Amino acid sequence: MKWMKYKWLYFLISGIVIIPGMVSLFMFGLKPGIDFTGGSLLEYKFKKSVNPQEIQKSLVDKGYNVSSVQISGNQTYLLRMPPLDKEKALGVKTILSESFGESPEEIRFEIVGPILGQELLVKTIVAIILAAGFILGYVAWRFKNTKFGICAILAMFHDSFVMLGSFSLLGHFLGVEVDTLFVTALLTVLSFSVHDTVVVYDRVRESQKLFPNTPFEDLVDKAVTETLSRSLNNSLTIIFMLIALLLLGGVTVKWFVAALLIGTVSGTYSSTFNAAPLLVVWENLSQRRKIKK
Amino acid sequence: MNKRHFLLWLILALSLISIYVDLPGKIHLKLNWLKIDRDFSRPMIDWQLGKFRFQRDLEIKKGIDLAGGTHLVFQSDMKDVSSDNRQAAIEAARDNIEKRINLFGVTEPVIQTAKVGEDYRLIVELAGVQDINQAIDLIGQTAQLDFRELPKDATQSATGLDFKPTGLTGKDLSKSEVKFDPNSGQPTVGLEFSTEGTKKFADITSRNVGKPVAIFLDQLPVTAPNVQEPITTGDAIISGQFTLEEAKKLSIQLNAGALPVPIELIEQKNVGATLGAESIQKSVQAGLIGLGMVILFMAAYYGKLGILADLALVVYGLLTLALYKLIPITLTLPGIAGFILSIGMAVDANILIFERMKEETRAGKPRPVAMELGFGRAWDSIRDANTCTLITCFILFNPFNWSFLNSSGMVRGFASTLFLGVVLSLFTGIVVTRTLIRTFYRKERIKV
Repeated sequence: MKWMKYKWLYFLISGIVIIPGMVSLFMFGLKPGIDFTGGSLLEYKFKKSVNPQEIQKSLVDKGYNVSSVQISGNQTYLLRMPPLDKEKALGVKTILSESFGESPEEIRFEIVGPILGQELLVKTIVAIILAAGFILGYVAWRFKNTKFGICAILAMFHDSFVMLGSFSLLGHFLGVEVDTLFVTALLTVLSFSVHDTVVVYDRVRESQKLFPNTPFEDLVDKAVTETLSRSLNNSLTIIFMLIALLLLGGVTVKWFVAALLIGTVSGTYSSTFNAAPLLVVWENLSQRRKIKK
Repeated sequence: MNKRHFLLWLILALSLISIYVDLPGKIHLKLNWLKIDRDFSRPMIDWQLGKFRFQRDLEIKKGIDLAGGTHLVFQSDMKDVSSDNRQAAIEAARDNIEKRINLFGVTEPVIQTAKVGEDYRLIVELAGVQDINQAIDLIGQTAQLDFRELPKDATQSATGLDFKPTGLTGKDLSKSEVKFDPNSGQPTVGLEFSTEGTKKFADITSRNVGKPVAIFLDQLPVTAPNVQEPITTGDAIISGQFTLEEAKKLSIQLNAGALPVPIELIEQKNVGATLGAESIQKSVQAGLIGLGMVILFMAAYYGKLGILADLALVVYGLLTLALYKLIPITLTLPGIAGFILSIGMAVDANILIFERMKEETRAGKPRPVAMELGFGRAWDSIRDANTCTLITCFILFNPFNWSFLNSSGMVRGFASTLFLGVVLSLFTGIVVTRTLIRTFYRKERIKV
């Protein structure tokens, strides 16, 4: 199959997916969760339906600074506030009980101090740099070849951009927040994507040894043909699991699973349709330069 | 017995042991046609080998997001502690808090110290606590007990402010317990001093006969009884207007001792127990449906080979669950997600191998040769592919508690299950599937 004939189409598809996300990332940025910013997150379940605005009003009247009240499920409401001290934290349930004539069930109650948020941000960045560094080092050591290494890393960037961009859009339109779990998903996807790319590249190098006289583009075509069903099948089994978890699993991990799912799809695509064609583009460019010389 | 038979028996044995470990601790079996109606319960593991003790109750440990409970982070105030003693102070605070929590009746609290930059912190995780605020109060309270006397020139109109410390404090206590006043039946708190404390207390009471000696708790007077006569036995009673609960709480605090450093709550995450139970049920359901889809897919796409891989996948599931119980791994929601993700990844090795086998068969090699070549050639890819995931798991898990990396329970839960998943799937994907294929797939060919 002449996969590489359409290499610019593959890059175009990637561009169509990535560019809106990048625009959103520059315009709106990401919506950081209280893990990073510090703050309070309270979730209450009532027996009857109540108006979220009334919840907000009842607390604001008592001197609380309520950023938002969201409906998070059946008669369940999610309240966001700046970090509360102990007295104020204890008061919330009392105020709600008085205002609505029933004592709501406390489902979640999180207070993160601002120092911790800052710290976590720094730690997260360190973790990303470390993980990316290790993966880079591994790829470099494994292939001992800049061409393969750099192309694998470009594919990794592709997946990061897709994930960051889609979460920026999700954050802007659906209020989805980026928390530690998102970063976990990001790192997992990066390692998964590299894993997929390595399988394709292994094939290219193997055929290079076996058929030293075949044009490079044909070798890449051969490698893609040989690995495509493996790559798709493997991703499919992972995607089955993730979709089941996304549709049926709990609320707490919903966006974590969504991030993994987006990343897995992107990772599968980027290994075959970015990492492999990039090799061909690189090879063509260096050939051209050689001819010029 | 050749190697293949040995492996086959080993896999069978491992699977059976795993099933035994995986089963719930107590099963009620009722079979009318066999006239069986009884409870079967599994004994706990409790082995002793020299100094090493291996004890497991073989229940899955649930993290606070599944069991309900609270995650608390306290910041210590070290400004009055010299920098050499800070680590020791935070360790001492940790021990004290552990005592308090144990007295409060929480099972298996997790209490860790963490040093971040110049800050010393305590991380406390309590699973299944009902009254979280009471727990926080108990942990954070400093409970500094301190005996004070009036200066010699004090007048009758002296107030609480005029009392001066005597140097006798909670540190001189050896024990405290709830007692009841024999006359009024009121609960009181009995104190027993250490040898040093007994001496100090005797001195104080001798020089203050007929005068009040006040007992201060956290800078506030609790009671200021008049000394009738010198007390040299080292016993004293605090009789305030206590309820039984208050007396119990005070005695717990006194027993556990004062915290060496003041602490302040900077993070709190509570999860209600209902949310956790709901999440478990949903995740298990999702996992089973996903597993079913993977099994069907493999069987549909790869036929008999796929079914053998499915068998290996079931072995994988059994082994993983058993290891969760044996290690034990504290399961969190992201941890379950990691497990479910690893099931999807577990078949990857098989897919790689099967695709290679197909290729070799297409190239005209006979099936047994294609099979062995498939296993051999796929190994490089499998090893490379999994190395990166393992590296990432390592960074996410942060096993050495490096302070520059995160050590949150949620992320760790995910990293640990994913790590175990990858390692185990290498075993089942290669060893188990290969043995199964060598045993069942080849035989069939000979028949044909």
